[in-house]
Amino acid sequence: MVVNKNKSSKPVIEIKEMHKWFGNFHVLKNISLGVNQGERIVICGPSGSGKSTLIRCINRLEVHQQGDIIVNNVELTGDLKNLEVIRSDVGMVFQSFNLFPHLTVLENCTLAPIWVKKLPKKEAEELAMELLTRVKIPEQALKYPGQLSGGQQQRVAIARSLCMQPKIMLFDEPTSALDPEMIKEVLDTMIELAETGMTMLVVTHEMGFAKKVADSVIFMDEGEIIEQNDPKNFFNNPKNDRTKLFLSQILNH
Amino acid sequence: MSEKTYKPGNYPDLPPPPGTVGVYGWIKQNLFSSISNSLLTIISVVLLYYLIDGIIGWFFLNAVFDAESKIACRKINDGACWAVITRRVGQFVYGFYPEAERWRIDITFLTMFIAFAPLLYPDIPKRKWLLYFSLFYPFFAFVLIMGGYFGLQKIEYSLFGGFMLTVILGVCGIVCSLPLGILLALGRQSNLTVVRTLSVCFIEFMRGVPLITLLFVASSMLNYFLPPGTNFSILVRVIIMFTFFSAAYIAEVIRGGIQAIPKGQYEAADALGMNYWQKTRFITLPQALKISIPGIVNTFIGLYKDTTLVVVIGLLDPLGIGRAALADTKWNGLSTETYLFVALFFFVSCFAMSRYSLWLENKLNTDKK
Repeated sequence: MVVNKNKSSKPVIEIKEMHKWFGNFHVLKNISLGVNQGERIVICGPSGSGKSTLIRCINRLEVHQQGDIIVNNVELTGDLKNLEVIRSDVGMVFQSFNLFPHLTVLENCTLAPIWVKKLPKKEAEELAMELLTRVKIPEQALKYPGQLSGGQQQRVAIARSLCMQPKIMLFDEPTSALDPEMIKEVLDTMIELAETGMTMLVVTHEMGFAKKVADSVIFMDEGEIIEQNDPKNFFNNPKNDRTKLFLSQILNH
Repeated sequence: MSEKTYKPGNYPDLPPPPGTVGVYGWIKQNLFSSISNSLLTIISVVLLYYLIDGIIGWFFLNAVFDAESKIACRKINDGACWAVITRRVGQFVYGFYPEAERWRIDITFLTMFIAFAPLLYPDIPKRKWLLYFSLFYPFFAFVLIMGGYFGLQKIEYSLFGGFMLTVILGVCGIVCSLPLGILLALGRQSNLTVVRTLSVCFIEFMRGVPLITLLFVASSMLNYFLPPGTNFSILVRVIIMFTFFSAAYIAEVIRGGIQAIPKGQYEAADALGMNYWQKTRFITLPQALKISIPGIVNTFIGLYKDTTLVVVIGLLDPLGIGRAALADTKWNGLSTETYLFVALFFFVSCFAMSRYSLWLENKLNTDKK
């Protein structure tokens, strides 16, 4: 278990009574959640439970219709100016990596710092190389994403997000599209990131990761937060029947 | 035959069985894989021999390359009479551009390659400096071809013709229609209703009308707006029509490319905080254009060949020049030679475009290297 010394009681994300619909489908129901700086939260739940949608609302890839989301003291509204501030503070890693295939690994990492944060090219490249070294693939910097394995691509994606020097990192099932032998290298990268004190929200089914890193585990089902607890209590004495059923399904196979 | 045994994990990489790789393997697999296949190969070779023999005879061995007239040609040999071309090659290339001024066309044409090089080959050395020349080139070419400045004799549009006219129309149309097509494709995908509606209307109108109609509009509108007797800017009007017409097609080709980009690409760009123009410039267009290269070049080739349609509004493209040559009693009846020559010119230009697009596709393929 990674001890979290960086956790503070300063909230960086506050979600209050948030609702979202896809057409008539009520996908997120009355979500309230506070995340403190340095806190690591793992979100799990059956597919279609709204967990991905929830973290996508935090950088407004999805738009919520009711309630408030406040990230870094900025409320998410239709105001575009706020949005860019939020997005450059919130990094996101996707299930399918979503690297830019026409750019090299290095260019993937420097594109946004150069154009969004207006970093000089040289500085951006130095930062990118530093972060690529941190995810242990500096030697691939000049290759294209299509030439890398899935695990390597996902580590590049993590480095790319970190190049924006975000305060919060969102992970949307980062290991679900990977071959089994590559999951560990990505999880190790995420654990190292956790050790640096990054605020992390991770949607994943990797319960080992949750036990090791999370300060808090959230179980979602049918658009609701059913249960939230520290990992020890969450896995050992789940209170809700649905949580028990879910845990029995993913842990005993 | 005894198989050698190896310990598990130590099996070496062996060469493939003989006759499956290399030249011999290729011939065996592709030409003589079965009895019927071998027979077909032999028959094809024999037929090809007779065909090529005849073609080479007519084109080269029995051909006449210079003579006074068709009758003079026939007296010498019974192959092709290329004299109709060699005697009139100046007209085929320059139209009725004054002979003393033709060097201006030559220089414009040759420098065009320098102007295009940095645009077509991104890795070229000194690209930045060459790009300045590319920017300056349109003015340079305009002044040189049209004259009227710097003591150059002014040349009337009506004297333009032949391959020079084709290249002017084709190159201007291609160069102008790509950016316009890109803007239209983006406009059609825009969230702004006015922009989207205008783009859709423009594209659908231009695609829905035959090019010939547009050319007639270009030539007849001229008569409305300009005093009778002047021939000013019919060329420009024709170029505008070509540009609009092919931009509409290119817009649709590029729209296809844009739609082929996975949604995740935009989400990743959004998540990095990029705005619309940054996304468009760095994520959407590079990928969409790459996907659309075959379609774009297809449209360009179509446009280039469609330039021959200007003959209906009285401009003398190579086909018009050819017809004029055939109307001459000296060369009456040599349509095969004339049209083959024009066809060869178009084929060479279009084939070059096609090869360039293949090269570019290959270069931009980042999956394997």
